[in-house]
Amino acid sequence: MAPDYRTLMHLLTDEKMAKRHHVLPGFNLSLGYTILYLSLIVLIPLGAAFLKTTELSFAEFWTTVTAPRVLASYKLTFGASLIGAFINAIFGLLTAWVLVRYTFPGKRLVDALVDLPFALPTAVAGIALTAIYAGNGWIGSLLEPYGIKVAFTPLGVVVALTFIGLPFVVRTVQPVLEDLEAETEEAAASLGANRWQTFRKVILPAIWPALLTGFALAFARAVGEYGSVIFIAGNMPMVSEITPLIIITKLEQYDYTGATAIAVVMLVISFILLLAINGLQWWSSQRNAKSAE
Amino acid sequence: MSIAIRNIHKRFGKFHALNNINLDVPTGELVALLGPSGCGKTTLLRIIAGLEAADEGSILFHGSDATSRDVREREVGFVFQHYALFRHMTVFENVAFGLRVRPRKTRPSEAEIHRRVHALLELVQLDWLAGRYPPQLSGGQRQRIALARALAVEPKVLLLDEPFGALDAKVRKDLRRWLRRLHDELHITSVFVTHDQEEALEVADRIVVMNQGNIEQIGSPQEVYDKPASPFVYKFLGNVNQFHGRVHAGKAHIDTLALDIDGHHETDNTPAHAFVRPHDIEVLRERGTQPAFSAVVNYINAIGPLVRIELQRQDNQSIVEAELTRERFRELALQQGEAVYIQPRNVRVFLDVPN
Repeated sequence: MAPDYRTLMHLLTDEKMAKRHHVLPGFNLSLGYTILYLSLIVLIPLGAAFLKTTELSFAEFWTTVTAPRVLASYKLTFGASLIGAFINAIFGLLTAWVLVRYTFPGKRLVDALVDLPFALPTAVAGIALTAIYAGNGWIGSLLEPYGIKVAFTPLGVVVALTFIGLPFVVRTVQPVLEDLEAETEEAAASLGANRWQTFRKVILPAIWPALLTGFALAFARAVGEYGSVIFIAGNMPMVSEITPLIIITKLEQYDYTGATAIAVVMLVISFILLLAINGLQWWSSQRNAKSAE
Repeated sequence: MSIAIRNIHKRFGKFHALNNINLDVPTGELVALLGPSGCGKTTLLRIIAGLEAADEGSILFHGSDATSRDVREREVGFVFQHYALFRHMTVFENVAFGLRVRPRKTRPSEAEIHRRVHALLELVQLDWLAGRYPPQLSGGQRQRIALARALAVEPKVLLLDEPFGALDAKVRKDLRRWLRRLHDELHITSVFVTHDQEEALEVADRIVVMNQGNIEQIGSPQEVYDKPASPFVYKFLGNVNQFHGRVHAGKAHIDTLALDIDGHHETDNTPAHAFVRPHDIEVLRERGTQPAFSAVVNYINAIGPLVRIELQRQDNQSIVEAELTRERFRELALQQGEAVYIQPRNVRVFLDVPN
């Protein structure tokens, strides 16, 4: 968040601040380690991707990344990811609410169940989802008569991306909901607010930053998802082919530069979208930041 | 608006939180529900507000049954111990909340909302904080804002749950005087919950002393302090010395002493507890004509207008507390470890009820 960044800048620039006494020493060491770590794990590999792309001329790059099949895959990947994250924001909030506010038999089990998409190998998830949502699967066969096909369509992609993104919203919203005083809701009710007004004006503003964070995490996870999607998507070019699959396909054809070019585009779009969500978060938490002084 | 509470029962599992509570609060009165924690006072307040439902019994507002009325429709203002302000709203928006959530038909215009919110903020003397957020305020300021917010909806009844419980001693004192003045100005029927007897005695028109889900006594501060109806009230309101003895034919026999008491002329040798306030313990250098215990001065605390003395009786080593005025203390010139005589006055006895 922005205030942290500012503090960091202070620490780096202001000598007096840097010499301030801390209970736990080792600022230089830990910062150095952080930068080294981030470089090795994140920056250098990503930089290499950009570097690899420069092997292409701009015209070549442009034709690779704007091929109709690739454009269709961007639309599907980012579109389905956004829809999945959106669904998760709503139902994850509901799940978190139920887990925080009520006690019921098997609550711990449900709580543990939420984390399962984290732990499950994504291929297993993909196969399971496909088996269930295929035309002859348990749920698929129920939907088939209504003309709803899930497996091997973009809808299947949304289902898979929703599945893998579920824990993010629940786990970010849950602690904030736990901290929320039930008294403020009672106060709102005693002032005449109805249930919707209480939710809209009292609860939602309090959990909004956490909800946005969960949304962003679920979205980011969905954009990069590969394993669970390729089974259920059917991978028809122009229809249900996701961008990570195109990248894999290019790699299998030894078209490394083409693969990295598309990867770079994905990176840039993801980065911009995440930056935008962060900006939104910063903007909405500014009021709280002001009040937290 | 008057409040009538009729035969209210409330259980939480096996715990009987409220046991057949009956209480009338006349219009415009400021009533304190006083008792130790867990006595059911907050539960009773929440039932009056409609935040909690009673198992049995009814609540009447101005004679009409409000038992099944939702908290939204009860027209009560509720002030919480921990303020329960909306953190993400400015002070102004907090106070305006109750007006803004009204249905369009009854919602005042923006200009009217402004006027009323500022009037309320002036009433609580915090108009200059309108643009701040709750976390930027001190505890006392927050509670005043919470009060302004509750008053904004023009409630018929004001309910306060330990309103000063989370504040430090100095602010508490200021705020409770301020609340008393505010009540004298607005004359809104108010009920407040407290476990602080000093607060109840200073602020309330009437005090309802509660213990273990029952009402022990209802009366003016003077009445409950001077004529406690039960041993519990005696012990809860202020310091008291407790003696164990027997009552026989108008006298209380405490160990070797026979003390005069009011009434109980017909009582025949019944076990009883006798209570004496510390300021009713006379400390003497010489044995007088009245019956007295001999005791040793254990400890002297001479801070404040009254001098507190802890004495140890010599017959059974039990501790007796006495309070002397400074003049009397100087007159006696007591020192720690000295032997004196103590003479209880205004003894109040409660016969032991076999249970």
